Amino acid sequence: MSDLERLVQLLSKLPGLGPRSGRRAALALLKRRETLLEPLAAALAAAARNIRACSECGNLDTTDPCSICADARRDPGLLCVVEDVADLWAIERTKSFAGRYHVLGGTLSAIDGVGPDELRIPKLVERARGAREVVIALNATVEGQTTAHYVAERLGETGASVTRLAHGVPVGGELDYLDEGTLAAALKARRPL
Amino acid sequence: MAGGGETPYIGAMFPGAAEAALESPARLSVSRLALTRFRSYDSARLEADGRPVVLFGENGAGKTNLLEALSFLAPGRGLRRARLAECDRVGGAGPWGVAATVEGPRGPVRLGTGREEGEERRQVRVDGAAAKSQAALAEHVNVVWLTPQMDGLFREGAGNRRRFLDRLVFGFDPEHAQRVAIYDNAMRERARLLKEGAGDPAWLAALEDRMARYGVAIAAARRDVAQRLDAACATAAGPFPRARLAAAGTVESFLAEGPALEAEDRVRAGLAASRRQDAETGGAALGPHRSDLLVSDARGLPAAQGSTGEQKALLVAIVLAHARLQAQLRGATPLLLLDEIAAHLDATRRAALFDALLALDAQAWLTGTDAALFAPLGGAAQFVRVADGTLIPQ
Repeated sequence: MSDLERLVQLLSKLPGLGPRSGRRAALALLKRRETLLEPLAAALAAAARNIRACSECGNLDTTDPCSICADARRDPGLLCVVEDVADLWAIERTKSFAGRYHVLGGTLSAIDGVGPDELRIPKLVERARGAREVVIALNATVEGQTTAHYVAERLGETGASVTRLAHGVPVGGELDYLDEGTLAAALKARRPL
Repeated sequence: MAGGGETPYIGAMFPGAAEAALESPARLSVSRLALTRFRSYDSARLEADGRPVVLFGENGAGKTNLLEALSFLAPGRGLRRARLAECDRVGGAGPWGVAATVEGPRGPVRLGTGREEGEERRQVRVDGAAAKSQAALAEHVNVVWLTPQMDGLFREGAGNRRRFLDRLVFGFDPEHAQRVAIYDNAMRERARLLKEGAGDPAWLAALEDRMARYGVAIAAARRDVAQRLDAACATAAGPFPRARLAAAGTVESFLAEGPALEAEDRVRAGLAASRRQDAETGGAALGPHRSDLLVSDARGLPAAQGSTGEQKALLVAIVLAHARLQAQLRGATPLLLLDEIAAHLDATRRAALFDALLALDAQAWLTGTDAALFAPLGGAAQFVRVADGTLIPQ
């Protein structure tokens, strides 16, 4: 296989890309050798060399423990369980969470062979023993909720209080556009005004 | 509804029912059908209007294949319960596809479905956009079929009756298909865990929780539709026998005895208690996957004990009642696929069936070897001759 074919084949494996967009990306890189291809190659090499999963929380960073786990200003008594690093970033963007994280890296699936150990649940239980509250921020999908149910059950023995994100009306959302499931959940979780 | 942590049977059981009742029911019909490399068809096109369609031709001409193609416009494995690749044309140059334009109460929609190389699941497109799952079809089309293979429906195992009832439920509650898929998936996951040995109790409990919530929702929907159909059959006139229907099973009886939340707790507890047994059998001791649809005649005699002709007549009565109820509650009749329907019906019932189909204003697709059997329909139906994988409108 030629270098070019190999490049196209690897690019096609990126999420959202297929063979056609892989070819397009390869051509775009080759046409902008100095401004794109070489800086990207250097960035990829640096990422491969330096970025590691945090042995504490599973976040991706150049240091281990990651900068969040190492930050003394972040509350070690407050843990937030997320499915993926992308979800961690989403919560970080809100700038309203001052605790630490635990990234599972997926959801439970017996058929795909993803069990508690693959999701680093034992580590989570160990960390939760020293925590005051664990916020479960998993996706509101069927698999996410089954995993949330499991995590909550496992955390029962730790003494930490276990909470989950609220389901309901999005900020700026109109009721008329909400699906019945979300609206019913919002009604159930109503709060005094 | 993505199926979050909430109980999944909130939401209107009959969305749009109130508005629909004000207008006259709209007809659901296929106006254009294109089959590509589908079984006996290499490439076939058919345009139709809303009237019933009579497909006639010799044995093996491809009449049932065409009905099967139409049955793929609904979620599931079609009227033959075929594996995906089985529908490929023998010697054809690629996987099969079925495309249709369907006219419904919300205007025309283009549906496409078929196999794609390298994909294990049936692909679905709605108005050109790929749908996440087959369940999307249930939002647009409800298809109900009667085939000669179903003549034994009342004598066979409960599985076929359950699937028959589920198809009837899809017509009222499109989300039912999704719930059944979620339930089945949780059951498979649990079986896998149990098979692998001790299994993590908390993981099992999480799956059993999902099975309980979705399982009770499934049973509640089946029970509700069976009750409504029973009531609709009671008021039907004509020469078809009155069918009595009931959804029966452990979860259904939990629902009869108490509120849904209590039924969920009982299912959860039952599953937790049956883990050891289920590890051996590879199944689950209780749940809606074991339910049955009980059908009896007016005197309460189980349908299985009636003659072949009586059983067929009961099935026709149920399908007609379902179509009427759909027209009333959802404002659209289902597509009816009636394969070799004339076979076990005498002339009186045949005529009554044709009258009922015309009164329903449903697009029924009927097959038979002899066009003469359908002569009473006359110009009220469109006749298409099927021969060697070609469709010839008459």
